[in-house]
Amino acid sequence: MQDDAAQKQTLLGADELVLNMGPQHPSTHGVLRVKLKLDGERVRGTECVIGYLHRGVEKIAENRTYQQFAPYVDRMDYVAAVSNGLGYCEAVEKLLNVEAPPRAKVIRTIMTELQRIASHLIWLGTHALDIGALTPLFYCLREREEILKIFEKYCGARLTTHAFRIGGLQYEAYDSFEKDVERFCKDFERRIQEYVDLLTGNSIWIGRTRNVGVLNAEDCIALGASGPVLRASGVKWDLRKAQPYAAYDQYTFEIPVGTNGDTYDRYMVRMEEMRQSRLICLQAIENIPAGPILGKVGKVLKPPAGEIYHSIEAPKGILGYYIVSDGTTQPYRVRIRPPSFINLQALDKMARGHLVADVVAIIGTLDIVLGEVDR
Amino acid sequence: MADEPKAPQSPESPKPDSAGATSAPPAAPASAEAAPSPAVKPAAPARPAPPPPKPPVLMQIPLDNDLTKRYREQFGAAILDAVEDRKQPYLVIAAAQLAEIAQYSRDVEKFDLLEDYTAVDWPRREKRFDLIAILYSFPHNMRLRLKIPLADGETAASLVEIWPTANWLEREIFDMFGISFNGHPDMKRILLPEEWQGHPLRKDYDILQQDTAWVRENLGIESGQ
Repeated sequence: MQDDAAQKQTLLGADELVLNMGPQHPSTHGVLRVKLKLDGERVRGTECVIGYLHRGVEKIAENRTYQQFAPYVDRMDYVAAVSNGLGYCEAVEKLLNVEAPPRAKVIRTIMTELQRIASHLIWLGTHALDIGALTPLFYCLREREEILKIFEKYCGARLTTHAFRIGGLQYEAYDSFEKDVERFCKDFERRIQEYVDLLTGNSIWIGRTRNVGVLNAEDCIALGASGPVLRASGVKWDLRKAQPYAAYDQYTFEIPVGTNGDTYDRYMVRMEEMRQSRLICLQAIENIPAGPILGKVGKVLKPPAGEIYHSIEAPKGILGYYIVSDGTTQPYRVRIRPPSFINLQALDKMARGHLVADVVAIIGTLDIVLGEVDR
Repeated sequence: MADEPKAPQSPESPKPDSAGATSAPPAAPASAEAAPSPAVKPAAPARPAPPPPKPPVLMQIPLDNDLTKRYREQFGAAILDAVEDRKQPYLVIAAAQLAEIAQYSRDVEKFDLLEDYTAVDWPRREKRFDLIAILYSFPHNMRLRLKIPLADGETAASLVEIWPTANWLEREIFDMFGISFNGHPDMKRILLPEEWQGHPLRKDYDILQQDTAWVRENLGIESGQ
């Protein structure tokens, strides 16, 4: 009886309704569950429930050698496996106090920038799909296919590539590598214009993204949000410029920034990042230095006791590795700072006051990958 | 192998004929065949080789720059140690003063981003945990690590008020290590289910524990792993 009364009051009074979104929901990009507190269609609060994809990557690392753990990092952000690998390899190299040869650094840079384009293409396709534009997905996957073909020719794998080795590269670039990259980059300029034609001036797209999920610069920094989310709020900061790694100090490129920090700005920033990545690739293939591709590292890696933190600008934000060595062949502790996990924390702030349909747009614009959120 | 700085890289580059090698092991196997520790020598003899012994000694050096001086002046005995490891500085600080030091770091030293917050377990030490806060300063473009030693069962002050990003990071530390934080708005597990037993990133948590327990309970047999 009492339950009935309570229920009646909630339904008729319509004070607050709790709605579960996910974990089985296509627009949550994986197994994210969001508890929405609703007042009618308005979101009054959210709570993320994560961990459905937790595999204990950091615990696994403590039970593997340094080389054995390298393939595991590909499986965190599985749409940007190359970037994960770059971060890990460079962190262990710093721990060992070795450096990859110049040729390896340049090839790494090309691969990582191609991966950034591929990752942004997946973001663009699925983000537009969530909002109701079906066509961009097919366009984006068409171009991504070309990048994956280059990866496949280079190392035999398309997604979880394990492309790099600690100390440099295992594989030499194949014969027509530069040609393939160049052909893709030349072609890609025209392709980006196709996405722009589809979306940038589209009034439905603008209506669904302008002033949705606004996050200003102070909030971004306080919440630790990084990558395109931070740049869209007007902070001109990119680790590739601030603390260059790999071969980024050799190339000229711009850091695109937004002004409002809304979903539309984040769209514009990522579109420009794809153009800049394309320019970096074109500059890099001009002059790939000759020489060895693997630095002097032994077959058994025993980094001297100590610790290192190294972070890179992954497609989704700051990807950091904190590695503690106790002088043995296995890392004592590996901590991975996943950009998706920390960016997702901003969801609550961004979604409050918006409609339920906007939550879908905001999850899309944060560009999360649950494999990385949950690790 | 590990202790070679950049210097030995230069003698390699004039070698023009290494383009065909798939993996550049001409040098690597040579060093792997010999015993691990003197392996460095055969690679270097053409050059004046003396520098190699030096760098490994300098991995961790005591740090005494302006930044640490300011911290020491401000907090005195609460700064237990200041070290530079592989050119990255860290301060070891007392847990009791964590909140004040964090506030000072953000407001005065302008470390406005809490880039990461995690922990490391050293079970044989008297204070078995190290909390690790990795700070980044946008104005100075530099990082600083704070290490906070904690005993088992000891709690630390929550940093959520200072850096809101600490919210989920502290929950993850609680989940993985069982360290709780005073004043955290929502101290519960984040990645593992509520009913999970134990804290997996503690060193005494065996990697097969959950697996064998599940097999025993649900299949009624002993796990073959």
